[in-house]
Amino acid sequence: MSVAPAPGLAEALGRRLELHPQVALRPEPFGALAYHYGNRRLIFLRHRDIVRVVEELGSHDTLEASLTACDVAPNRWPSFVKALQSLETSEVIRER
Amino acid sequence: MSAESLVSQMKFGLDAPICLTWELTYACNLQCIHCLSSSGQRDSRELSTAEAKKVLDELRDLQVFYINIGGGEPMIRRDFFDIVEYSISNRIGVKFSTNGAFIDRARAQQLAAMDYLDIQLSIDGVDAATNDAVRGEGSYAMARRAMDNLAEAGFGPFKISVVVTRHNVDQLDGFKAIADSYGAQLRVTRLRPSGRGADSWHNLHPTNDQQMQIYKWLLANGENVLTGDSFFHLNALGEPLPGLNMCGAGRVVCLIDPIGDVYACPFVIHDQFKAGSVRDEGGFAKVWKQSDLFLSLREPESAGACSSCGNYDACQGGCMAAKFFTGLPLDGPDPECVTGYGASQLANVPVGIAPKPAMDHTKPITFTRKKPASV
Repeated sequence: MSVAPAPGLAEALGRRLELHPQVALRPEPFGALAYHYGNRRLIFLRHRDIVRVVEELGSHDTLEASLTACDVAPNRWPSFVKALQSLETSEVIRER
Repeated sequence: MSAESLVSQMKFGLDAPICLTWELTYACNLQCIHCLSSSGQRDSRELSTAEAKKVLDELRDLQVFYINIGGGEPMIRRDFFDIVEYSISNRIGVKFSTNGAFIDRARAQQLAAMDYLDIQLSIDGVDAATNDAVRGEGSYAMARRAMDNLAEAGFGPFKISVVVTRHNVDQLDGFKAIADSYGAQLRVTRLRPSGRGADSWHNLHPTNDQQMQIYKWLLANGENVLTGDSFFHLNALGEPLPGLNMCGAGRVVCLIDPIGDVYACPFVIHDQFKAGSVRDEGGFAKVWKQSDLFLSLREPESAGACSSCGNYDACQGGCMAAKFFTGLPLDGPDPECVTGYGASQLANVPVGIAPKPAMDHTKPITFTRKKPASV
């Protein structure tokens, strides 16, 4: 990408995240179902790419590294950051 | 993916159910007049402890996150705690429904010490008079005692489950107040004409005016009240209620009954909706993934007689079980259709043609006979 990412985005891409240890992911045709054993909430991950990224989060030092490892094109990163923020709010993922 | 396309995805079915109900026994200390499984007496064919654990092994492998255990009264089974603990240790959370008869102080403490466990206590009135008329003499006091014991043991937010009837619609705020007083969560669900409900439904189901009352109450309170998404037939009244607007039978929901038979949902215990048995070769997974019944329920359905009604997208034609057990065709309006189409059709259903539930475990009526007078 030739344009430098927006400051908020750059910060987000540098974060160390992981799947919440109390969350189980179950693959489904539309993506995956996530279940949080602590707050007992069921959350839908509505795209297979986001499921792959979530699964990879814990294996990389930064979110950017996870996105790269999953072959997510940089022009899609802002939407992934947004989706991950909502997953963090639902406690599907968390900061390491 | 939009919420709408998610619903259309779910209609094709999931790799495993989200919401699996498992009735552990047909035995019950109560004889509620609307019991969806006509419970009362234990069935001699009920799954053994070993069979139950085998089912749990399968559910673990399918990544079923949690199960809803019911009955009958599940705590009657001597291996109740054994089964619950086995489930939880396999990372299958448990929510169980009970009338509270067996939750004394000691049991409440035992339950409070367990993780990944939810308890749902049933009451159908905010006072003994309203509740006991449906659930039986003394059942209100029994449930409240169990709630007191759970609260005292520090169980945390248990659930209070209410079936909405003609006689308790006006008590919805009262149920909420009871739940709030315990820090509990209120769950209200729709009455179905299933089990013994087939006989009591006509006298218990909410009137058309009351349906509007329920709809407005749910719109105002719905975010804080669980409904099992069971009131989607009311969506034809306007703004949709929170939750999934679809029938989940065989797609996201199913029932395992006490003898291991698998049905499309807890409200359709009838051969026509029996998909197989966990005792069959291939077990539960094969029934879920391959049974003809479940595959057909995942096919796009026809709006049938409802296709000319502008509300079909909102109400989806209502509840399959409600139609079936009142003798209405499945591809037509729900008996409680808010536009009144169901009620007019219901008036034309000949007496006695509505299908009967597959099994009846109601306890026989016993007459206590006085000693014969000496002659």
